Amino acid sequence: MAEIQYAAPATVAAAVKALDAAKGKAKVLAGGTDLLVQLRAGRVNANTLVDIKHIPELRKVKKDKGGYRIGAAVSGAELGESDDFRATWPGVLEGFELIGSTQIQGRASLGGNLCNGSPAADSVPGMIAAGATVTIAGAKGTREAKVEDIVTGPGKTSLKPSEFVVSINLPKRAKRSGDAYLRFIPRTEMDIAVVGAAVNLTLDAKGVCTDARVALGAVAPKPLLVKAAAKALVGTKVDDAALDALAAAASAACDPIDDKRGTIEFRTKVAGVLARRAALIALERARKNA
Amino acid sequence: MSKHHISATINGDPAEFLCDTQQTLLDVLRDELNLTGSKEGCGSGDCGACSVMVNDRLVCSCLVLGVEAQGATINTIEGVAEGDQLHTIQKHFLSEAALQCGICTPGFIVATKALLEKNPNPTETEARYWLAGNLCRCTGYDKIIKAVMNAAAEMRGA
Repeated sequence: MAEIQYAAPATVAAAVKALDAAKGKAKVLAGGTDLLVQLRAGRVNANTLVDIKHIPELRKVKKDKGGYRIGAAVSGAELGESDDFRATWPGVLEGFELIGSTQIQGRASLGGNLCNGSPAADSVPGMIAAGATVTIAGAKGTREAKVEDIVTGPGKTSLKPSEFVVSINLPKRAKRSGDAYLRFIPRTEMDIAVVGAAVNLTLDAKGVCTDARVALGAVAPKPLLVKAAAKALVGTKVDDAALDALAAAASAACDPIDDKRGTIEFRTKVAGVLARRAALIALERARKNA
Repeated sequence: MSKHHISATINGDPAEFLCDTQQTLLDVLRDELNLTGSKEGCGSGDCGACSVMVNDRLVCSCLVLGVEAQGATINTIEGVAEGDQLHTIQKHFLSEAALQCGICTPGFIVATKALLEKNPNPTETEARYWLAGNLCRCTGYDKIIKAVMNAAAEMRGA
C-alpha cells in the first residue's frame, strides 16, 4: 500500500491549502469513525489525510446571534455536555446521539456524519428540519450552504475537492417552537436507521402552527426535506387531520431501497408513522417553550 | 519511508513511538509499545474490545490513528490496576465471574471505569446503554452488569 501523508493544519486556510494541494486525493479526517473503516476496507483511496481537529474553531460550540455555530469536528460526547444546547435543539441532539456507541460518540462529529454522505445518517434529518446551514471553506473562499444541499447521493456530496465544512450553524430558536427526531431500527441500540424522521415546528399564541420543516432519512438516495409534509401542518393546530395529511405526505415522498432490513412498503409506511410521532413530540416541546 | 515520531502520555508515563499514518492507535499500543491488554475484535468500531481513554474520552483505539495521539493523554487497561492491587471494578468482574474467554474484558473494564467516573450511580438501564458498544459473546451480559452495579455500589460507599 502506498504511503499516506498526514497533515494536521492549525488554521482553516492551511487545511484548504493541504486539500487543494492533494488535488482530490485527500480525505478530511474528523472523528474518523467512518473514514478509518472505509480506508481499511479499501473503499476509499487517499494519499493524504487532513486532520481538522487541530483547528481551534472546529472544536468549539459557540452561541452566535441567538443561534449556534457548532465546529464541524465537535464530538457527540462534547455537544451532549451542553445543557443549553440540549434544551434548545433536543431533536438535533437526539439524532446525533443515536449514532453508534459511547465509544463512537467520543469521536463522531456532525460534520463527519453529514459529509460521509449516508442517506441514513441519523444527525442529518434533524439538522435539515432545524433549518441549519453549514459554513464551507475552500480555495475560492468561504461560502454558506443549506444542510439539505450537501448530500447528493449515497457517499456523494456537493463539496469541491478543496472544500470542507467548518461549522454547522443553527438559527435562533423561535418562541413556541420545538423539534424532535425518531428513527426505526429492528433493535434498541447500535444500528443504522431503516427510517428516520425529524420535525421542527413553530406555534402562534393560539397554538396554530405557523412554520414547520419535516425531514426524512433512509427512505431515498439522500436525506429529504419534505415541504409537502410541512405544509400539511402549517395553519392547523396539529390535530389528527393535519397529522394524517403529514403522514401521507411523508410516505408519498419516499423512494427507498428494498432490503431485508426494511422493504419499500415497510419503509414508506413507517416514514409516515414516525413523522407523525415526531410531530407530536415537537408539538409538546413547542408548547412548553412559550 | 518516513515514519511519524509521536510523543504522548500513556497511563501517566511519557511515551514515544514511531508509526505510519495507517497504523491505528491499537496497532501502536499492541505492536510498538507491547501494551497488549487492548484487544482487536472487529477493527471497525463495533465491538469495543479495544476501548481506551484518549484525553478523558472513551474511544475505540482501532478508530484512532497512532499519529493522532501526538500530545494526547491515553489511558489503557494496563493503567487500571495499581501495581498488584486490582481496581474495584476488576475485583467485581472476578467475583461475579463476569468473563469466560476474556477477550472483551479489558474493553468492558475501561468502559465501565469511564461510566462510573461520569455517573457513579447509574441505573441498570443506563449501564446497559453505556456498554452497548462492548460486545461479549460468552456471558450473556447479566454477570457483567451485576459486576458493574456491584462495583458502582462499592465505589460509592468507599
